[in-house]
Amino acid sequence: MAKRSFLIPGVDKRLLIKDSIKTMPDVTRRRFIAGGASLGALTLLTGCDVVDSSSAEEMLKQVSKFNDAVQSFIFNPDALAPTFPESAITKPFPFNAYYDLDDAPDVDGNDWKLEVRGLVDNKKSWTLDELYELPQVTQITRHICVEGWSAIGSWTGTPLRDFLKLIGADTRAKYVWFQCADKDGYNSPLDMRSALHPQTQMTFKYANEILPRAYGFPMKIRVPTKLGFKNPKYVVSMEVTNDYKGGYWEDQGYNSFSGS
Amino acid sequence: MASLTVTDEQVRATPAKVIQPAWVRVMHWVNALAMILMILSGWQIYNASPLFGFSFPREYTLGGWLAGGLLWHFAAMWLLMINGLAYLITGFATGRFAKKLLPITASGVLHDVRAALTFKLGHDDLTVYNYVQRLLYAGIIVVGVLIVLSGLAMWKPVQLYYLVMLFGDYPTARYVHFFCMAAICAFLVIHVLLALLVPKSLRAMIIGR
Repeated sequence: MAKRSFLIPGVDKRLLIKDSIKTMPDVTRRRFIAGGASLGALTLLTGCDVVDSSSAEEMLKQVSKFNDAVQSFIFNPDALAPTFPESAITKPFPFNAYYDLDDAPDVDGNDWKLEVRGLVDNKKSWTLDELYELPQVTQITRHICVEGWSAIGSWTGTPLRDFLKLIGADTRAKYVWFQCADKDGYNSPLDMRSALHPQTQMTFKYANEILPRAYGFPMKIRVPTKLGFKNPKYVVSMEVTNDYKGGYWEDQGYNSFSGS
Repeated sequence: MASLTVTDEQVRATPAKVIQPAWVRVMHWVNALAMILMILSGWQIYNASPLFGFSFPREYTLGGWLAGGLLWHFAAMWLLMINGLAYLITGFATGRFAKKLLPITASGVLHDVRAALTFKLGHDDLTVYNYVQRLLYAGIIVVGVLIVLSGLAMWKPVQLYYLVMLFGDYPTARYVHFFCMAAICAFLVIHVLLALLVPKSLRAMIIGR
Protein backbone atom coordinates (compact mmCIF):
# COMPACT_ATOMS: atom_id res chain seq x y z
CA MET A 1 0.00 0.00 0.00
CA ALA A 2 2.79 2.37 0.96
CA LYS A 3 4.39 1.81 -2.41
CA ARG A 4 1.18 2.61 -4.26
CA SER A 5 0.52 5.85 -2.40
CA PHE A 6 4.08 6.84 -3.18
CA LEU A 7 3.47 6.25 -6.86
CA ILE A 8 0.39 8.42 -7.14
CA PRO A 9 0.32 10.84 -4.27
CA GLY A 10 -3.09 12.29 -3.51
CA VAL A 11 -5.08 10.24 -6.00
CA ASP A 12 -8.49 9.26 -4.69
CA LYS A 13 -9.01 5.55 -5.27
CA ARG A 14 -12.79 5.83 -5.53
CA LEU A 15 -12.39 8.48 -8.22
CA LEU A 16 -9.92 6.23 -9.98
CA ILE A 17 -12.42 3.39 -10.13
CA LYS A 18 -15.22 5.74 -11.17
CA ASP A 19 -12.99 7.02 -13.93
CA SER A 20 -12.00 3.60 -15.11
CA ILE A 21 -15.62 2.42 -15.23
CA LYS A 22 -16.45 5.49 -17.27
CA THR A 23 -13.83 4.65 -19.86
CA MET A 24 -14.47 0.88 -19.79
CA PRO A 25 -15.20 -0.35 -23.28
CA ASP A 26 -18.26 -2.52 -23.63
CA VAL A 27 -20.45 -3.93 -26.34
CA THR A 28 -22.94 -1.05 -26.36
CA ARG A 29 -20.11 1.39 -26.82
CA ARG A 30 -18.72 -0.46 -29.74
CA ARG A 31 -22.13 -0.35 -31.35
CA PHE A 32 -22.29 3.38 -30.85
CA ILE A 33 -24.62 4.21 -33.70
CA ALA A 34 -27.23 1.68 -32.70
CA GLY A 35 -27.65 3.35 -29.31
CA GLY A 36 -31.34 4.06 -29.80
CA ALA A 37 -31.71 6.04 -26.60
CA SER A 38 -29.22 8.60 -27.75
CA LEU A 39 -30.96 9.09 -31.04
CA GLY A 40 -34.46 9.58 -29.70
CA ALA A 41 -33.97 13.30 -29.35
CA LEU A 42 -32.78 13.75 -32.89
CA THR A 43 -35.56 11.63 -34.33
CA LEU A 44 -38.04 13.67 -32.34
CA LEU A 45 -36.63 16.97 -33.49
CA THR A 46 -36.19 16.19 -37.14
CA GLY A 47 -39.18 13.92 -37.50
CA CYS A 48 -37.19 11.36 -39.38
CA ASP A 49 -34.95 8.52 -38.38
CA VAL A 50 -31.83 9.72 -40.15
CA VAL A 51 -29.31 7.99 -37.95
CA ASP A 52 -30.76 4.59 -37.18
CA SER A 53 -28.89 2.84 -39.92
CA SER A 54 -25.58 1.32 -40.73
CA SER A 55 -25.26 3.81 -43.58
CA ALA A 56 -24.95 6.60 -41.00
CA GLU A 57 -22.17 4.63 -39.33
CA GLU A 58 -20.45 4.14 -42.67
CA MET A 59 -20.83 7.85 -43.47
CA LEU A 60 -19.28 8.82 -40.14
CA LYS A 61 -16.34 6.47 -40.72
CA GLN A 62 -15.73 8.04 -44.13
CA VAL A 63 -15.85 11.57 -42.69
CA SER A 64 -13.45 10.46 -39.94
CA LYS A 65 -11.02 9.22 -42.61
CA PHE A 66 -11.42 12.54 -44.40
CA ASN A 67 -10.67 14.27 -41.08
CA ASP A 68 -7.51 12.15 -40.76
CA ALA A 69 -6.41 13.51 -44.15
CA VAL A 70 -7.28 17.11 -43.23
CA GLN A 71 -5.36 16.87 -39.95
CA SER A 72 -2.38 15.33 -41.70
CA PHE A 73 -2.52 18.14 -44.27
CA ILE A 74 -2.51 20.94 -41.69
CA PHE A 75 0.07 19.18 -39.48
CA ASN A 76 3.14 21.37 -39.34
CA PRO A 77 6.18 19.27 -38.31
CA ASP A 78 7.89 22.40 -37.00
CA ALA A 79 5.01 23.66 -34.86
CA LEU A 80 5.90 23.01 -31.25
CA ALA A 81 3.44 22.25 -28.49
CA PRO A 82 3.56 24.99 -25.84
CA THR A 83 5.94 24.35 -22.95
CA PHE A 84 5.33 25.52 -19.40
CA PRO A 85 7.28 26.49 -16.30
CA GLU A 86 7.55 23.95 -13.45
CA SER A 87 5.06 26.00 -11.45
CA ALA A 88 2.35 25.14 -14.01
CA ILE A 89 2.65 21.36 -13.47
CA THR A 90 -0.65 19.72 -12.47
CA LYS A 91 -0.39 18.06 -9.07
CA PRO A 92 -1.15 15.28 -8.82
CA PHE A 93 -0.91 14.43 -12.49
CA PRO A 94 -3.92 12.13 -13.03
CA PHE A 95 -3.66 8.40 -13.61
CA ASN A 96 -6.02 7.53 -16.44
CA ALA A 97 -6.78 4.18 -18.02
CA TYR A 98 -9.70 1.91 -18.75
CA TYR A 99 -8.67 -0.19 -15.74
CA ASP A 100 -7.91 0.40 -12.07
CA LEU A 101 -4.30 1.11 -11.17
CA ASP A 102 -4.20 -2.26 -9.37
CA ASP A 103 -4.73 -3.90 -12.76
CA ALA A 104 -2.15 -1.77 -14.57
CA PRO A 105 0.80 -3.67 -16.02
CA ASP A 106 3.45 -4.25 -13.37
CA VAL A 107 6.54 -4.57 -15.51
CA ASP A 108 9.80 -5.91 -14.11
CA GLY A 109 12.39 -3.50 -15.46
CA ASN A 110 15.15 -6.12 -15.22
CA ASP A 111 13.37 -8.56 -17.54
CA TRP A 112 11.86 -5.97 -19.84
CA LYS A 113 13.25 -5.46 -23.32
CA LEU A 114 12.08 -3.12 -26.02
CA GLU A 115 11.55 -5.12 -29.19
CA VAL A 116 12.20 -3.35 -32.48
CA ARG A 117 10.56 -4.74 -35.61
CA GLY A 118 9.72 -3.88 -39.18
CA LEU A 119 11.50 -1.55 -41.56
CA VAL A 120 14.66 -0.93 -39.53
CA ASP A 121 18.31 -1.82 -40.16
CA ASN A 122 19.06 -2.89 -36.60
CA LYS A 123 16.38 -5.10 -35.04
CA LYS A 124 18.22 -5.72 -31.79
CA SER A 125 16.18 -5.53 -28.58
CA TRP A 126 17.04 -2.86 -26.04
CA THR A 127 17.35 -3.32 -22.31
CA LEU A 128 16.28 -0.53 -20.00
CA ASP A 129 19.88 0.18 -18.99
CA GLU A 130 20.89 0.55 -22.62
CA LEU A 131 18.02 2.95 -23.27
CA TYR A 132 18.83 4.97 -20.12
CA GLU A 133 22.29 5.66 -21.57
CA LEU A 134 20.84 7.52 -24.58
CA PRO A 135 20.87 11.34 -24.41
CA GLN A 136 17.70 12.61 -22.70
CA VAL A 137 15.81 15.87 -22.65
CA THR A 138 13.08 17.21 -20.37
CA GLN A 139 9.91 18.90 -21.54
CA ILE A 140 6.95 20.30 -19.62
CA THR A 141 3.90 20.04 -21.85
CA ARG A 142 0.14 19.75 -21.68
CA HIS A 143 -1.44 16.30 -21.99
CA ILE A 144 -4.90 16.65 -23.57
CA CYS A 145 -7.31 13.75 -23.10
CA VAL A 146 -9.87 12.84 -25.73
CA GLU A 147 -12.43 13.28 -22.93
CA GLY A 148 -11.62 16.98 -22.74
CA TRP A 149 -9.64 17.32 -19.51
CA SER A 150 -5.99 18.23 -19.64
CA ALA A 151 -2.99 18.27 -17.31
CA ILE A 152 0.53 19.62 -17.49
CA GLY A 153 3.39 17.25 -16.73
CA SER A 154 7.18 17.05 -16.86
CA TRP A 155 8.55 14.32 -19.10
CA THR A 156 12.15 13.24 -19.58
CA GLY A 157 13.45 10.90 -22.23
CA THR A 158 15.00 10.43 -25.64
CA PRO A 159 13.49 12.10 -28.72
CA LEU A 160 11.93 9.26 -30.72
CA ARG A 161 13.36 10.61 -33.97
CA ASP A 162 16.91 10.27 -32.57
CA PHE A 163 16.19 6.65 -31.68
CA LEU A 164 14.61 5.94 -35.08
CA LYS A 165 17.74 7.36 -36.72
CA LEU A 166 19.95 5.29 -34.41
CA ILE A 167 18.28 2.01 -35.35
CA GLY A 168 18.25 2.91 -39.05
CA ALA A 169 14.48 3.11 -39.40
CA ASP A 170 13.01 3.76 -42.83
CA THR A 171 11.48 7.15 -42.06
CA ARG A 172 9.61 7.09 -45.37
CA ALA A 173 7.39 4.37 -43.87
CA LYS A 174 3.91 5.46 -42.87
CA TYR A 175 3.69 4.38 -39.24
CA VAL A 176 5.46 3.47 -36.07
CA TRP A 177 3.17 0.98 -34.37
CA PHE A 178 3.45 0.47 -30.61
CA GLN A 179 2.44 -2.60 -28.66
CA CYS A 180 1.96 -2.40 -24.90
CA ALA A 181 2.06 -4.76 -21.91
CA ASP A 182 -1.63 -4.15 -21.04
CA LYS A 183 -3.65 -7.33 -20.56
CA ASP A 184 -5.89 -6.39 -23.51
CA GLY A 185 -2.89 -5.81 -25.71
CA TYR A 186 -3.17 -2.04 -26.00
CA ASN A 187 -1.61 -0.80 -29.20
CA SER A 188 -1.66 2.33 -31.28
CA PRO A 189 -0.29 3.48 -34.63
CA LEU A 190 1.59 6.76 -34.83
CA ASP A 191 1.98 8.40 -38.24
CA MET A 192 5.63 8.83 -39.17
CA ARG A 193 5.55 12.64 -39.38
CA SER A 194 4.25 12.84 -35.82
CA ALA A 195 6.80 10.22 -34.76
CA LEU A 196 9.56 12.44 -36.17
CA HIS A 197 8.22 15.59 -34.46
CA PRO A 198 11.02 17.08 -32.31
CA GLN A 199 8.94 16.81 -29.11
CA THR A 200 7.84 13.19 -29.59
CA GLN A 201 9.69 11.34 -26.87
CA MET A 202 10.52 7.89 -25.53
CA THR A 203 9.80 8.83 -21.94
CA PHE A 204 11.65 7.22 -19.02
CA LYS A 205 11.06 9.76 -16.25
CA TYR A 206 8.22 11.75 -14.82
CA ALA A 207 9.12 14.82 -12.74
CA ASN A 208 12.78 13.73 -12.84
CA GLU A 209 11.94 10.39 -11.17
CA ILE A 210 11.92 7.00 -12.88
CA LEU A 211 8.55 6.74 -14.64
CA PRO A 212 6.05 5.43 -12.06
CA ARG A 213 3.84 2.45 -12.82
CA ALA A 214 0.83 4.80 -13.00
CA TYR A 215 2.31 6.67 -15.94
CA GLY A 216 3.61 3.71 -17.90
CA PHE A 217 6.81 2.19 -16.43
CA PRO A 218 9.19 1.43 -17.95
CA MET A 219 8.52 3.43 -21.12
CA LYS A 220 5.81 5.69 -22.37
CA ILE A 221 5.68 7.41 -25.75
CA ARG A 222 4.92 11.05 -25.07
CA VAL A 223 3.45 12.82 -28.11
CA PRO A 224 2.51 16.41 -27.20
CA THR A 225 0.99 16.91 -30.66
CA LYS A 226 -1.57 14.14 -30.09
CA LEU A 227 -4.47 13.40 -27.77
CA GLY A 228 -3.64 11.33 -24.70
CA PHE A 229 -4.75 7.93 -26.00
CA LYS A 230 -2.12 8.25 -28.76
CA ASN A 231 0.54 8.28 -26.01
CA PRO A 232 1.03 4.55 -25.34
CA LYS A 233 2.25 3.44 -21.90
CA TYR A 234 4.03 0.21 -20.79
CA VAL A 235 5.45 -0.08 -24.33
CA VAL A 236 7.01 -3.44 -25.16
CA SER A 237 7.65 -3.12 -28.88
CA MET A 238 7.71 -0.75 -31.78
CA GLU A 239 7.31 -1.64 -35.42
CA VAL A 240 8.11 0.59 -38.37
CA THR A 241 5.55 -0.30 -41.01
CA ASN A 242 3.54 0.84 -44.01
CA ASP A 243 0.49 -1.15 -42.88
CA TYR A 244 -2.28 0.41 -40.89
CA LYS A 245 -2.73 -2.13 -38.11
CA GLY A 246 -5.43 -0.28 -36.17
CA GLY A 247 -5.25 0.39 -32.48
CA TYR A 248 -7.04 -0.31 -29.20
CA TRP A 249 -9.18 2.85 -29.18
CA GLU A 250 -8.91 3.57 -32.90
CA ASP A 251 -10.73 0.30 -33.64
CA GLN A 252 -13.57 1.40 -31.35
CA GLY A 253 -14.16 4.64 -33.20
CA TYR A 254 -11.70 7.26 -31.98
CA ASN A 255 -10.26 9.23 -34.87
CA SER A 256 -6.91 7.71 -35.78
CA PHE A 257 -4.91 10.88 -36.39
CA SER A 258 -6.27 12.64 -33.29
CA GLY A 259 -3.68 15.37 -33.57
CA SER A 260 -3.75 18.50 -31.48
CA MET B 1 -30.59 52.34 -61.15
CA ALA B 2 -34.08 52.86 -59.82
CA SER B 3 -34.31 49.35 -58.49
CA LEU B 4 -31.01 49.77 -56.64
CA THR B 5 -32.12 52.94 -54.85
CA VAL B 6 -35.54 51.68 -53.81
CA THR B 7 -36.57 52.99 -50.39
CA ASP B 8 -38.03 51.05 -47.50
CA GLU B 9 -41.41 52.71 -48.13
CA GLN B 10 -41.47 51.45 -51.69
CA VAL B 11 -40.51 47.97 -50.54
CA ARG B 12 -43.33 47.93 -48.02
CA ALA B 13 -45.80 49.05 -50.68
CA THR B 14 -44.99 46.07 -52.89
CA PRO B 15 -47.53 43.31 -52.27
CA ALA B 16 -46.62 39.65 -51.67
CA LYS B 17 -42.93 40.49 -51.52
CA VAL B 18 -40.30 37.97 -50.61
CA ILE B 19 -39.53 38.42 -46.92
CA GLN B 20 -36.83 35.77 -46.71
CA PRO B 21 -34.88 35.14 -49.91
CA ALA B 22 -34.19 31.54 -50.87
CA TRP B 23 -30.52 31.59 -49.80
CA VAL B 24 -31.49 32.75 -46.32
CA ARG B 25 -34.11 30.01 -46.00
CA VAL B 26 -31.82 27.22 -47.21
CA MET B 27 -28.92 28.31 -45.00
CA HIS B 28 -31.25 28.82 -42.04
CA TRP B 29 -32.53 25.23 -42.11
CA VAL B 30 -29.15 23.71 -42.91
CA ASN B 31 -27.82 25.66 -39.95
CA ALA B 32 -30.69 24.47 -37.76
CA LEU B 33 -29.82 20.83 -38.57
CA ALA B 34 -26.08 21.41 -38.11
CA MET B 35 -26.61 23.17 -34.77
CA ILE B 36 -28.84 20.42 -33.41
CA LEU B 37 -26.29 17.76 -34.42
CA MET B 38 -23.46 19.82 -32.90
CA ILE B 39 -25.31 20.47 -29.63
CA LEU B 40 -26.48 16.88 -29.05
CA SER B 41 -23.09 15.37 -29.93
CA GLY B 42 -21.39 18.15 -27.94
CA TRP B 43 -23.38 17.15 -24.85
CA GLN B 44 -22.15 13.58 -25.34
CA ILE B 45 -18.56 14.82 -25.42
CA TYR B 46 -19.16 17.08 -22.40
CA ASN B 47 -20.46 14.11 -20.41
CA ALA B 48 -17.13 12.29 -20.79
CA SER B 49 -15.51 14.91 -18.57
CA PRO B 50 -18.06 17.42 -17.24
CA LEU B 51 -16.87 20.96 -16.61
CA PHE B 52 -19.54 21.47 -13.96
CA GLY B 53 -21.37 19.31 -11.45
CA PHE B 54 -23.90 17.94 -13.90
CA SER B 55 -24.21 15.77 -17.00
CA PHE B 56 -26.67 15.98 -19.85
CA PRO B 57 -29.37 13.27 -19.87
CA ARG B 58 -28.40 10.37 -22.12
CA GLU B 59 -31.65 10.68 -24.10
CA TYR B 60 -30.53 14.10 -25.30
CA THR B 61 -27.09 13.08 -26.46
CA LEU B 62 -26.03 11.83 -29.85
CA GLY B 63 -23.56 9.07 -30.64
CA GLY B 64 -24.12 6.51 -27.87
CA TRP B 65 -20.72 7.07 -26.24
CA LEU B 66 -17.73 9.40 -26.47
CA ALA B 67 -16.29 8.13 -29.78
CA GLY B 68 -19.72 8.23 -31.44
CA GLY B 69 -20.30 11.75 -30.13
CA LEU B 70 -16.92 12.85 -31.46
CA LEU B 71 -17.60 11.31 -34.88
CA TRP B 72 -20.92 13.15 -35.14
CA HIS B 73 -19.39 16.39 -33.85
CA PHE B 74 -16.51 16.35 -36.32
CA ALA B 75 -18.81 15.42 -39.20
CA ALA B 76 -21.47 18.08 -38.49
CA MET B 77 -18.58 20.52 -37.99
CA TRP B 78 -18.07 20.66 -41.76
CA LEU B 79 -21.75 21.29 -42.41
CA LEU B 80 -21.76 24.11 -39.86
CA MET B 81 -18.48 25.63 -41.08
CA ILE B 82 -19.29 25.62 -44.79
CA ASN B 83 -22.86 26.81 -44.29
CA GLY B 84 -21.81 29.40 -41.71
CA LEU B 85 -19.05 30.81 -43.90
CA ALA B 86 -21.36 30.99 -46.91
CA TYR B 87 -23.96 32.75 -44.74
CA LEU B 88 -21.47 35.32 -43.43
CA ILE B 89 -20.04 36.04 -46.88
CA THR B 90 -23.46 36.35 -48.53
CA GLY B 91 -24.84 38.37 -45.62
CA PHE B 92 -22.08 40.94 -45.85
CA ALA B 93 -21.77 40.92 -49.65
CA THR B 94 -25.48 41.47 -50.32
CA GLY B 95 -25.68 44.13 -47.62
CA ARG B 96 -28.40 42.17 -45.87
CA PHE B 97 -26.67 42.30 -42.48
CA ALA B 98 -26.21 46.07 -42.69
CA LYS B 99 -29.74 46.64 -43.88
CA LYS B 100 -31.53 44.26 -41.50
CA LEU B 101 -29.42 44.42 -38.36
CA LEU B 102 -28.20 48.03 -38.24
CA PRO B 103 -28.41 50.37 -36.52
CA ILE B 104 -28.69 48.89 -33.03
CA THR B 105 -29.17 51.66 -30.48
CA ALA B 106 -29.48 51.33 -26.71
CA SER B 107 -32.62 53.48 -26.64
CA GLY B 108 -34.15 51.46 -29.45
CA VAL B 109 -33.45 48.18 -27.67
CA LEU B 110 -34.81 49.50 -24.34
CA HIS B 111 -37.96 50.76 -26.06
CA ASP B 112 -38.61 47.47 -27.84
CA VAL B 113 -37.85 45.35 -24.77
CA ARG B 114 -40.42 47.38 -22.84
CA ALA B 115 -42.91 47.04 -25.67
CA ALA B 116 -42.29 43.29 -25.91
CA LEU B 117 -42.77 42.76 -22.18
CA THR B 118 -46.10 44.58 -22.30
CA PHE B 119 -47.11 42.73 -25.50
CA LYS B 120 -47.22 45.96 -27.48
CA LEU B 121 -44.48 45.04 -29.92
CA GLY B 122 -45.89 44.97 -33.43
CA HIS B 123 -45.08 42.22 -35.94
CA ASP B 124 -47.06 43.64 -38.84
CA ASP B 125 -44.07 44.18 -41.07
CA LEU B 126 -41.80 41.14 -41.04
CA THR B 127 -39.27 42.78 -43.35
CA VAL B 128 -38.16 45.15 -40.60
CA TYR B 129 -36.57 43.65 -37.51
CA ASN B 130 -37.26 45.37 -34.21
CA TYR B 131 -34.34 46.31 -32.00
CA VAL B 132 -34.63 43.21 -29.82
CA GLN B 133 -34.47 41.02 -32.92
CA ARG B 134 -31.54 43.00 -34.30
CA LEU B 135 -29.63 42.63 -31.05
CA LEU B 136 -30.38 38.92 -30.75
CA TYR B 137 -29.57 38.11 -34.39
CA ALA B 138 -26.37 40.19 -34.44
CA GLY B 139 -25.42 38.74 -31.06
CA ILE B 140 -25.95 35.14 -32.13
CA ILE B 141 -23.78 35.69 -35.21
CA VAL B 142 -20.97 36.87 -32.91
CA VAL B 143 -21.56 33.87 -30.61
CA GLY B 144 -21.52 31.59 -33.68
CA VAL B 145 -18.13 32.92 -34.73
CA LEU B 146 -16.83 32.57 -31.15
CA ILE B 147 -18.02 28.97 -30.75
CA VAL B 148 -16.35 27.97 -34.03
CA LEU B 149 -13.09 29.70 -33.08
CA SER B 150 -13.03 28.22 -29.57
CA GLY B 151 -13.91 24.83 -31.05
CA LEU B 152 -11.04 25.04 -33.52
CA ALA B 153 -8.73 26.08 -30.67
CA MET B 154 -9.71 22.94 -28.73
CA TRP B 155 -9.47 20.71 -31.78
CA LYS B 156 -5.99 21.88 -32.82
CA PRO B 157 -4.33 23.60 -29.86
CA VAL B 158 -0.85 23.02 -31.30
CA GLN B 159 -1.43 23.71 -34.99
CA LEU B 160 -3.75 26.67 -34.28
CA TYR B 161 -1.88 27.90 -31.23
CA TYR B 162 -2.69 31.56 -31.97
CA LEU B 163 -6.37 30.73 -31.51
CA VAL B 164 -5.62 29.27 -28.08
CA MET B 165 -3.73 32.47 -27.25
CA LEU B 166 -6.83 34.43 -28.24
CA PHE B 167 -8.78 32.68 -25.50
CA GLY B 168 -5.96 32.72 -22.96
CA ASP B 169 -5.24 29.01 -22.68
CA TYR B 170 -6.66 25.60 -23.53
CA PRO B 171 -8.98 25.16 -20.50
CA THR B 172 -10.39 28.67 -21.03
CA ALA B 173 -11.26 27.84 -24.64
CA ARG B 174 -13.29 24.89 -23.28
CA TYR B 175 -15.26 27.19 -21.00
CA VAL B 176 -15.82 29.72 -23.81
CA HIS B 177 -17.04 26.88 -26.04
CA PHE B 178 -19.45 25.72 -23.32
CA PHE B 179 -20.87 29.18 -22.57
CA CYS B 180 -21.33 29.89 -26.30
CA MET B 181 -23.30 26.62 -26.49
CA ALA B 182 -25.41 27.74 -23.52
CA ALA B 183 -26.04 31.11 -25.21
CA ILE B 184 -27.07 29.39 -28.44
CA CYS B 185 -29.45 27.09 -26.54
CA ALA B 186 -31.01 30.08 -24.78
CA PHE B 187 -31.34 31.83 -28.13
CA LEU B 188 -32.91 28.71 -29.63
CA VAL B 189 -35.57 28.55 -26.92
CA ILE B 190 -36.54 32.23 -27.32
CA HIS B 191 -36.27 32.06 -31.11
CA VAL B 192 -38.52 29.00 -31.44
CA LEU B 193 -40.99 30.35 -28.88
CA LEU B 194 -41.33 33.66 -30.73
CA ALA B 195 -41.62 31.92 -34.08
CA LEU B 196 -44.51 29.89 -32.69
CA LEU B 197 -46.14 33.04 -31.29
CA VAL B 198 -45.90 34.75 -34.69
CA PRO B 199 -46.61 31.85 -37.10
CA LYS B 200 -46.35 33.98 -40.23
CA SER B 201 -42.66 34.51 -39.46
CA LEU B 202 -42.23 30.73 -39.52
CA ARG B 203 -44.14 30.56 -42.81
CA ALA B 204 -41.87 33.25 -44.24
CA MET B 205 -38.82 31.21 -43.26
CA ILE B 206 -40.26 28.17 -45.06
CA ILE B 207 -41.88 29.52 -48.22
CA GLY B 208 -40.36 32.99 -48.22
CA ARG B 209 -43.55 35.06 -48.00
